[in-house]
Amino acid sequence: MAVILCMAPAYSQDDLMNLVDEPDDKGYASATFKGTRIILGHSVETKSKNELEFLISHRFGRINSGAHNLFGLDQANIRLGLEYGISENLNVGVGRSSYDKTFDGFLKYRIVQQSEKGFPFSVVLFNSIALKTTPKEEDDPTYELTDRLANTHQLLIAKKFSNNFSLQVMPVFVHKNRVESFDENNQVAIGVGGRIKLTKRLALNAEYYYRLDPPTDSPYKNSVAIGFDIETGGHVFQLHFTNSVMTVERSFITENRDDFFDGDIHFGFNISRTFSLGGKKEGDW
Amino acid sequence: MRLVIVILFLCLFFEVQAQKYKSVEGKVRFFSEATLENIAADNAKASSVFDESNGNIVFSVPIKSFEFRKSLMQEHFNENYMESDQYPKAIFKGTVTGFENKAGTQKVSAQGDMTIHGVTKPVNVDGTMELKDGQIYLKSVFKVRLEDYNVKIPQVLWQNIAEEVEVTMNFIYQPI
Repeated sequence: MAVILCMAPAYSQDDLMNLVDEPDDKGYASATFKGTRIILGHSVETKSKNELEFLISHRFGRINSGAHNLFGLDQANIRLGLEYGISENLNVGVGRSSYDKTFDGFLKYRIVQQSEKGFPFSVVLFNSIALKTTPKEEDDPTYELTDRLANTHQLLIAKKFSNNFSLQVMPVFVHKNRVESFDENNQVAIGVGGRIKLTKRLALNAEYYYRLDPPTDSPYKNSVAIGFDIETGGHVFQLHFTNSVMTVERSFITENRDDFFDGDIHFGFNISRTFSLGGKKEGDW
Repeated sequence: MRLVIVILFLCLFFEVQAQKYKSVEGKVRFFSEATLENIAADNAKASSVFDESNGNIVFSVPIKSFEFRKSLMQEHFNENYMESDQYPKAIFKGTVTGFENKAGTQKVSAQGDMTIHGVTKPVNVDGTMELKDGQIYLKSVFKVRLEDYNVKIPQVLWQNIAEEVEVTMNFIYQPI
């Protein structure tokens, strides 16, 4: 009797399993989108600290421009860009687009990241400044340097609902210092973008920017884009169809000439390559 | 009556000498050696419990806690290979043989079931355990074949990722 009493209970493996520690992670949502762009506009994804991304954004001409132009492939608009993670939450980027020969620079700051035990959304602040160098000064001397500038202030709010479905809403304010007579300097738009993962490495994305207060006689159209993300290791390929040939916010949100639903569709792609500079040291043990 | 009290005290004494140990430090590293690049990831959030009385031992390794030098690799590891939202933990449940309650390093082996990526396989793993200052130091190095656990590597990345990765475990236990 005493012996039985004295026997410490031997634990089964399942009993032991109940004793192990649970990790104290907050369960941050990672990879809400594959790339730093949904299609045309930015996503809530940021480059990690010390990561450098080289991004080529390319749009061809209109598919309905006919066989003579090889369905738009003869025309090309390209932006070459570099983006760098100063910290996990702060990114800086520069780029140069062939459309309007525009230089742009931006700051992207993640205010909060969606997590299981914390905030239900990721919120990122995006600010950019763009300088168009068309027309040249000798062609139109009325253009001052300040006339060429435009600012974009944007809030990116995203939720990864599941592994396969993410949605982003992005209110945006664009200020252009000088505009055509029929246009207005300030424009507010609201964008919606989403991703559905078809396989582990293939996703279907869509994006739409709705201008809340376009000038009444504005010839410009809202921006529509639909495309696929294809991921291979350090690369992300984004192939898409859109009515925007432009690659900076000023142009594709507020100065979009083509009508998607009238068939003015452009084929385009983004290719990114990420390089890790420096980085965490490996502990040796 | 006095005898019963003595026995109860003895019981308490033996209970204090409880044969269960829990990890106060649990590190797991995996290392993949391949043609194009070597990949290593460290995880310091693993947990383990060992019952000396019957040799039962369990390990729980949270997959998302593996830290890579390149954060993009970490993302791919979780999203594409381990699918860690779906399979958040790697688990081992088994029995240690060869451990005796005495000082010094001892060769041990553990037999049991390893669950990685939702796939459970019977395995036999060798290692060492050392009892020192009331703590147990466990070390083990073993290989894991990715194919066994249904972890698929796309053909274009065959040169980047080894088919077999080396796992190193370093645990320190204290009695509970």
